[in-house]
Amino acid sequence: MNYLRQVAAIAGKDLRSELRTKEALNASLSFAVVILLLFSFVVDPDSEMLEQMSGGLLWMVFAFSGTLILNRGFAREIPNDCLDALIASPIPGSALFLGKAIANFALIAIIEAICFPVFGILYNLNWTQQLPVLLGVSALATWSMATLGTMFGALTVNMQLRELMLPMLIYPMLIPALMAAMQLTTLLIAGQPIDAEHAIWLRVLIAFDIIFTSLAAVLVETVLVG
Amino acid sequence: MTALEAHGLWKYYGDFAALQQVSFEFAAGSCIALLGRNGAGKTTLLRILAGLSQTSEGQVRILGGNPRQPAIRARIGIIGHGIGVYDELSAEENLLTFARLYAIDHPAKAVDHWLERTDLDRVRRGLAREFSRGMRQRLAIARAFIHNPNFLILDEPFTSLDDRAIALLQGLLKDALAQGATVVLSTHQLKEALELASHVLLLNRGKLAFTGTRTADMLVDPGWVYRHYGEPTASASPANGESTAA
Amino acid sequence: MRDKLIYGAGIFAALYFVRNLYVILLQLPDEALQGAVYRIFFFHLPPYFAAVACFFGAAIASGLYLKTKQWKYDVFAVSATEVGLALAAMNLVTGMIWGRQQWGIWWTWDARLTSALITWLIYLGYLMLREGIKDPSERAKNSAVLSIFALFAVYFTYKANVWYRTQHPGPVLTIRTGDAGTIDPAMQAMIYHNLGAFLLLTVALVAVRMNLEDSQRAVESLRRRAHAIA
Repeated sequence: MNYLRQVAAIAGKDLRSELRTKEALNASLSFAVVILLLFSFVVDPDSEMLEQMSGGLLWMVFAFSGTLILNRGFAREIPNDCLDALIASPIPGSALFLGKAIANFALIAIIEAICFPVFGILYNLNWTQQLPVLLGVSALATWSMATLGTMFGALTVNMQLRELMLPMLIYPMLIPALMAAMQLTTLLIAGQPIDAEHAIWLRVLIAFDIIFTSLAAVLVETVLVG
Repeated sequence: MTALEAHGLWKYYGDFAALQQVSFEFAAGSCIALLGRNGAGKTTLLRILAGLSQTSEGQVRILGGNPRQPAIRARIGIIGHGIGVYDELSAEENLLTFARLYAIDHPAKAVDHWLERTDLDRVRRGLAREFSRGMRQRLAIARAFIHNPNFLILDEPFTSLDDRAIALLQGLLKDALAQGATVVLSTHQLKEALELASHVLLLNRGKLAFTGTRTADMLVDPGWVYRHYGEPTASASPANGESTAA
Repeated sequence: MRDKLIYGAGIFAALYFVRNLYVILLQLPDEALQGAVYRIFFFHLPPYFAAVACFFGAAIASGLYLKTKQWKYDVFAVSATEVGLALAAMNLVTGMIWGRQQWGIWWTWDARLTSALITWLIYLGYLMLREGIKDPSERAKNSAVLSIFALFAVYFTYKANVWYRTQHPGPVLTIRTGDAGTIDPAMQAMIYHNLGAFLLLTVALVAVRMNLEDSQRAVESLRRRAHAIA
């Protein structure tokens, strides 16, 4: 019970300070919208092809703009040596990790919640036909980004080049999760249900989340306490 | 009861030994002044005590346990170089966050109490970013004391504080000591520290140079302990120590 | 001890390679469908296995480092990772040359090619992380954690890509296919022989790299000591 309260306290203070300044959110959102616009020059916006690329396009946007949010996650703890105050408090490393991952998740989810309708309007797509499943798939893939992003944020927090290092390190590792999300999102936006052939991707996403969340929860304390 | 003990403590950064074979023991209720020049290992030692860093070899026990145990950390309060509060949160939100992290029983009540005690209750909804330097320092003090710690670790607490915050902190430390808490503080300002201190621990290049009770001599002449146990000054060093040819 | 290993494994690897090259170039016949170019395969699959062995070794050493905080494990982990990267690069390059000859293209976004490239990038990230951290203890600890993550990520990438799409030839060794017949026994034996040679070479290279890392550390520490005196 205390554990959950501590997780909530971490997530709460991260969300509160981000929503107050909206530094990362604004940057990330404008970046996302710009990429969405740029894509209209890459593919003919009225063609069939766009629908076939929709999943890939959207998750590229989320991966790129999400990094701006993930970069802020641990950077927020650097001024005033706040990270020391957190590590010295009696919360387990995994609670700190989960709290920050939840905050990152929520912030990226806000970006997604805005990008999906904008995408639908700009490219004239009816993307809501499989909405509940689409939300579930997005949640799973966003959690993959949040876990790896939070964990590698902790790994790179003391580095000078951390804002460059984080994407360099997490993009290659995220590929399986992003690939799965792209496949499924394209399918769902086209209005088709997840059939047996595509169920494998759902399993990839779930397995990815379980494995990397537990790995991070176990290792994060070692990373934080030098 | 022993509140703080270290046995054969080593800390390496790579192969650089920041602490070498440091051992000491202090009873509960002691106020230990940690002295030493820059680079002597004071901050390294305090970070280990605060559970922010792990020893390479040897053992530390605080209040009978490892400082990384959550139950032990819940009884430790720290003030480090940074103030450890969030600029984008209000005074109240900052304290409430830490009250929840320390899982204390009535967070809101404790926050009220400490806002009052540090004279910040009128600006409780103000963001820490907008505070003056002195207010930020008082907020940091409230953050460190919010869970009524009975072991306090303070790294250079008086260096950056203004007079009001110094008076507040000294008052709090005296109260805490009176209630049997143990205090470890590193300092350059020997005078302020030695008045509070019951014991002195001197580090010299990572090694323990002196440990013992604070004597009246030290109080009269704060430089005394350095002259007797610190590293020899350049003029006093033996001639053959300078063997490097020009 | 390590020097003996370097010379021992190095000399054996050299002799083994000479013997293997003799067999590959002069004794084995051309392959029925591919002609002469199939011979590159002996320098394609074995380095891949050796690289995987390196990455496995690095992850295990990293785990041991986190548990014991002993330098030797960190030294081994970085050495094995670097040698593994070189071997993986060899696997990629030989594969590209073969692809140019057989498929007419240098690169295709095939599952195995893609996952091999991603693996390479992940471990390149490991080296970059090390470059960016100055404090040796922090560097060792953080890169050890990364190494463990990397191994899981590589496995995942490999699996996901195989499900995704493949035009790469399937497994050929009988331990993978479970039956005889897809590969000539002489050629299969040659793969194992060259794998043996590559593993010996890997041992020698990792040991050399470990010596280098030790010297580098000695230099680093001398420099730090010099600064401390000044």
